Amino acid sequence: MRIGEAVVMGSEGLDALLTTLIELGYETRGPVVRDGAIMPGPVREVADLPVGTHDVQAPGRYGLEQSDDDTVFAWAVGPGSWKAEFFPPSQELWHSTVDGESVTTTTPDLDMPPLAIVGARPCELAALAVLDRVLLDGAFPDPRYAARRDGTFLVTAECGSPAATCFCTSMGTGPGADSGFDLALTELNDDDGHRFVVRIGSDRGAEVLAAVPVSEVTAADLAARDRVLSSSGDLIDRRLETRGLADLLARNLEHPRWDEVADRCLACGNCTLVCPTCFCSDVSDTTDLTGDVHRQRTWASCFDLDHSHLHGGPVRSSTSSRYRQWLTHKLSTWWDQFDTSGCVGCGRCIAWCPVGIDLTEEAAAIRETDGAVRSLSTAPGRAR
Amino acid sequence: MTTAAPPAPVSRPSLAVWKFASCDGCQLSLLDCEDELLALAETVHIAHFTEMSRASVAGPYDVSLVEGSITTPDDANRIVAIRANSRRLVTIGACATAGGIQGLRNFAASGAYAETVYAHPEYLDSLETSTPISAHVQVDYELHGCPIDRRQLLEVILAGLAGRTPVVPGHSVCQECKGRGTVCLLVTGATPCLGPVTRSGCGALCPAVGRGCFGCFGPADTANTASLAAHLRSQGMAPVEVSRLFATFNAGAPAFRDEASAQGGPVPVVFGRTARSGGKEDRS
Repeated sequence: MRIGEAVVMGSEGLDALLTTLIELGYETRGPVVRDGAIMPGPVREVADLPVGTHDVQAPGRYGLEQSDDDTVFAWAVGPGSWKAEFFPPSQELWHSTVDGESVTTTTPDLDMPPLAIVGARPCELAALAVLDRVLLDGAFPDPRYAARRDGTFLVTAECGSPAATCFCTSMGTGPGADSGFDLALTELNDDDGHRFVVRIGSDRGAEVLAAVPVSEVTAADLAARDRVLSSSGDLIDRRLETRGLADLLARNLEHPRWDEVADRCLACGNCTLVCPTCFCSDVSDTTDLTGDVHRQRTWASCFDLDHSHLHGGPVRSSTSSRYRQWLTHKLSTWWDQFDTSGCVGCGRCIAWCPVGIDLTEEAAAIRETDGAVRSLSTAPGRAR
Repeated sequence: MTTAAPPAPVSRPSLAVWKFASCDGCQLSLLDCEDELLALAETVHIAHFTEMSRASVAGPYDVSLVEGSITTPDDANRIVAIRANSRRLVTIGACATAGGIQGLRNFAASGAYAETVYAHPEYLDSLETSTPISAHVQVDYELHGCPIDRRQLLEVILAGLAGRTPVVPGHSVCQECKGRGTVCLLVTGATPCLGPVTRSGCGALCPAVGRGCFGCFGPADTANTASLAAHLRSQGMAPVEVSRLFATFNAGAPAFRDEASAQGGPVPVVFGRTARSGGKEDRS
């Protein structure tokens, strides 16, 4: 078997794939049902995956339904993204111990078992590619991210069940996957039975698959896969018009819409925390009773007042200016910085905004009244 | 029996702990620092702390931790004296920083509660409102929470010793929920939750066990209470229910107080003469 080839396996094949990865020393993780949501978690067998679980999503709304079918990947992404695996919410960067005149600085051990993710959506692969650009490809690669990311075995599950919040088709990140995986699964559940088309994306993927019982793919299987992906694309009716979007936002920094959305925006930061590409962090130094010094890095959000705090106060004191910072960074200045969009169309920020603010709607509203300027009485900087 | 030698001169910074109208829970957070308490006692001289010892060393003090709100004329005078005797004054907890649960009196007509509850309210000498310490004297640092978080208390003390800014974020509880992987209770429709408008610090304790945030740490830096209230109303909550959600331990914090009032206030019936006379008839 070689890169680009496809085979077919059943549910027992998926079990064998997990077993093989575990035997090869991988820490295997995938989507699991926890606390009423699809979340990243440890996965050792098919039974650990969301078998028969389906989701219902809308702006500010999320729920799961359980059925007795044997589908494994018939849901859209939940609030947890794979970002946390590589870029944890909180981590110590180093600590120093002072003993008389000598100072000893220790950095954490970054030796971790190799990671295999089974069941990442194509939009999540795209998000990892964006994070790679930000945290690996720059002049100063992030050591913790690099250590965890090194050798990650990625099994993607192409998407046949988008949610109402999804818009990967606008961002070119789904529902199928072209690259960035070792193996790509497409789940089929039709008259010919429950099975997975497996496409090989790397030599390593082919090696692992050699230990898994598979059969030859038929033309009917490939046609069924095409049907799944095309009907999945048809199901996605949410659109983000990306044509000229970066420039559109850049020239509408004084648009009245920023104030309108700020009236609803809770500034709680949930959109940035569920975003699979938001990478802002806060670095803080603390001292303890023994005199040791600890440098800690934690997730931060551009919606925090402290995030833009320079000497004297925050640069972005209004929620309006902070929402604008988020949206323009994600969809506009990200291009200037990283030559890519910061948005992969996963829809998490829409579903997990408690008041259901929808970035596709906000961008469309600005496009509709391109060039509108707010009155001076609501100028940015005013606390609201 | 020998007489104990007088204590050696103390060069450690001195710490005093003071109580006003409060439940003592915040002060006890200091004793909750069990693993760190001995080292802390070697680092600072605990000069006045009646929950720990009746021995008290006269001031001035390098740091005073102040718990509780100001509810009597006597306390209003006492806090001025404590301020004058303290190099730094740090308020600890919802009572000291926002007036506490007793700040609910601020929503009612003056003296109405006293007249309803007590047979002889004329013996009381209470102020009409429960107010935070900052309404009376200058406060150097406010630590929020009901009760405060002991790790944050330690952090404020340690930061003071090191001459650095305490690492105590002012962002929402949501960030702690997401950091620990808790699934959002508002979005899954499980229960009303004040997390998006509430200051972090508790570690998102309640949402992690399926209970909505009660707002113990008061408003976050950026609390948009009007938007959250509108959302809760759209989910079927009555105005008085929303008002009561905001009017608890931090009822006196401006953002929560104003939203509770905007929703009509937490008390549907205003106490007054009628309620009082009704009460008397019941007792007779």
